[in-house]
Amino acid sequence: MEIVKVEALTKKFDQLTAVNQLSFSVLSGDVYGFLGQNGAGKSTTIRMLLTLITPTAGEIQIFGLSLLKHRKEILQQIGAVIEKPDVYKYLSAYENLTLFAKLSGIQPTRTMIMEQLEIVGLAHRANDTVKTFSQGMKQRLGIAIALVHNPQLIILDEPTNGLDPQGIADIRNLILNLSKQYKKTVIVSSHLLSEIEQIASRILIIDKGRKLVEDHAASLFDPSKTIIELDTNNNEAAYNILSNSNWGNTLQPIRNGQIILQLNKLDIPLFNQYLVSKDIAVYSLQPRHSLEDYFLQITAGKQHVEAFTN
Amino acid sequence: MYKFLLLVFVFCYINVNAQEQAMQLVQKVKAKLDVVNDYTAEGKMRTDVTFIKAPVGKVKVYYKKPNKFRLERNGGISILPKGGISINISSMIVVNGYMALDAGTAVVGTTNTRVIKLLPNAENSDIILSTLYIDEANLVIRKSVTTTRENGTYEMEMFYGKFISYGLPDKVIFSFNTKDYKLPKGVTLELDDVDQATKEKMKGKKGKVEIIYANYAINSGLAESIFK
Amino acid sequence: MWKHLQIELYKIFHRPRTYLAFAAITALIGVIQLGLKVDGKEYTEFVMADFAGSFSVDGKILNGYFICYVILQLLLVHVPLLIALIAADMISGEANMGTLRLLLTKPQSRTEILLAKFFASVIYTILLLIWIAIMGLFLSMAIFGTDDLFIMKSSYVVVVKSSDVFWRYCGAFCFAALAMTTVAALGFFLSFFAENSIGPIVATMSVIIVCTILSTMNIPLFNLIKPYLFTSHMVTWKEFFDFKVNDANEAIIGSIQYPEKIIKSAIVLVLHIIGFVAGGIWYFKKKDVLS
Repeated sequence: MEIVKVEALTKKFDQLTAVNQLSFSVLSGDVYGFLGQNGAGKSTTIRMLLTLITPTAGEIQIFGLSLLKHRKEILQQIGAVIEKPDVYKYLSAYENLTLFAKLSGIQPTRTMIMEQLEIVGLAHRANDTVKTFSQGMKQRLGIAIALVHNPQLIILDEPTNGLDPQGIADIRNLILNLSKQYKKTVIVSSHLLSEIEQIASRILIIDKGRKLVEDHAASLFDPSKTIIELDTNNNEAAYNILSNSNWGNTLQPIRNGQIILQLNKLDIPLFNQYLVSKDIAVYSLQPRHSLEDYFLQITAGKQHVEAFTN
Repeated sequence: MYKFLLLVFVFCYINVNAQEQAMQLVQKVKAKLDVVNDYTAEGKMRTDVTFIKAPVGKVKVYYKKPNKFRLERNGGISILPKGGISINISSMIVVNGYMALDAGTAVVGTTNTRVIKLLPNAENSDIILSTLYIDEANLVIRKSVTTTRENGTYEMEMFYGKFISYGLPDKVIFSFNTKDYKLPKGVTLELDDVDQATKEKMKGKKGKVEIIYANYAINSGLAESIFK
Repeated sequence: MWKHLQIELYKIFHRPRTYLAFAAITALIGVIQLGLKVDGKEYTEFVMADFAGSFSVDGKILNGYFICYVILQLLLVHVPLLIALIAADMISGEANMGTLRLLLTKPQSRTEILLAKFFASVIYTILLLIWIAIMGLFLSMAIFGTDDLFIMKSSYVVVVKSSDVFWRYCGAFCFAALAMTTVAALGFFLSFFAENSIGPIVATMSVIIVCTILSTMNIPLFNLIKPYLFTSHMVTWKEFFDFKVNDANEAIIGSIQYPEKIIKSAIVLVLHIIGFVAGGIWYFKKKDVLS
């Protein structure tokens, strides 16, 4: 079942087209990864889904209803964190949560609020004012606010921004939990591929407001096309050896002493053996998950990595 | 020449005689007032000055011979013309050393009165001239016009009722000239000005203070302390 | 809407800034009362210097009613700043804090949210005036007692009988509430155009200062626009303290000299309020929230 259906969505700010003829759909139960570099149009799209920005053209349907016509009913079933998790700093976590629950149309009980705070691990700080919270705690409170009215669809815009590794891991686990345990549909936007890759079931990649790819994560991250970063005792020698071998057709020009090439995951042991046989000591063979690399495959970097996609 | 001398003599005789008569009349009025050693009266005071809007206020007045007078508000705020004008009759005539001149007769209201002009003998007296309109039949002053050095000219008109035998009025209207007065808008923060018609109405009118006495308590033996 | 209004009030009264205004009013009124208690005689002599040359005023001029009049005269010039602190922050403050976008994703129409916010700032304004009434009128009455109210107007003096004063204060405070609501509406309107509170607060005060100067200056060019400036009508509360007199120049108790002025000013202020609020909502409904 389609929870969100967007068709030919366009948003223009004067001369700038932030979102251009964008179409996609989110299915029930999806953790839908919304990927794009900074300025790609992710936030503008998400804000259009939340009626913060009026589209110039296009149609948005959520839960099968037109967003334009059924704004109130639709928003009752959406919980969102948009960019920074900003809440009222002079109120406590408990007060913030109560206040937004009421705004979402429910009459919260103390148990309800405390349960939500428990889910995001803030129950012990319930009565502390938010100004004493760390960024990670604020982010978790933001998520609690998005969840408090038990919405069907949760939209998280860059939820890990500014978080430390532990915070990122916590949020990731929380999203997976929401999907698996609570059967929620989640849209998560990020500019970090690594983040989305680990949680998303389906992914949309946009650039300059246009859709590049929309697919299942499993298809997008084909193990036969893993980008590997190589580090050896002599990177220049290794590069020369690889250039003249069968491995060389996916090799990128060496930059800053870094060797990058594309490999089938199954070929990695063989590749390692080959280098060792040529007296190259391999320190590390690391798969790279940067969105930049991914874009290199399908966009601007095409001339360099054409071989990767062929 | 003889005729002329006779005319001068007659004129001087008449004049001296008239002056004596005037003095006697004033003395009679004074004697009548002298019966009252002190009095207390309650009344209502109304201030009628174009640029003063005030409600009618209750007052209480105290008088003790020879010239002690006190006007006390019975609550509220009262505005009186400056100069210590005591709104009482004694203040008009109980001045030692004056010359009384007969200035003929006049009608005040419906009462025929004799007009007497009083000229104080003392050179430094505040009162320059006082004109009294005396009701000879009842020996009471119906009206007085007093010109002072410091406080201009003011007029008092008296209306009598049941206390006429004591020479005490039921109603006194005290009239005086008012100067225009204006406050800068900055002080009052009044942004709207009054309209031209109202302004015109306020110009050059006489101010009046009217006291209507409800009752008198005469010769009850007022303590001196009241006037301190 | 009612629920949202409650929430807005909850937010307002959980902010320290709100109490700053109440504290400022308490301090200002306290200072005025203390000053007049200690040196009130000198003050009245100063105010009446011109008048006292010709008349002697007898009675307790320095009573609670008079003190309240002085307080209102002084304070109603400064209260707009305290109102702007809250009203001009209603939208811009939320935009600055980042909570506006969260608020607008809740299942309420923007009009509902904005009206709730406006009414919350109106309630704050009214509470502020009630506080001024408690401190300025009732406390002054307790400290200085009551008597007739003696007022020096620009062209004449008015003495209002003490039994005729209280209802006039009720009217004056109601009118002041309307005038201050106009300030709140202006601040509210300006808060749509910024994403920080300082801008709209300063802008609100600037508009009030400029319009007040225009209202006060007696220049023919400005006289044309004066009737349309809300600041010209904000001081009309004073009309409650002027009464009609009969042909004998005797005060008519319970009357108002120019009731039509009060009605006209009230209409102008209400139109300004409607204009500011409706204009703000119209603008904001179309606005893309990018904060």
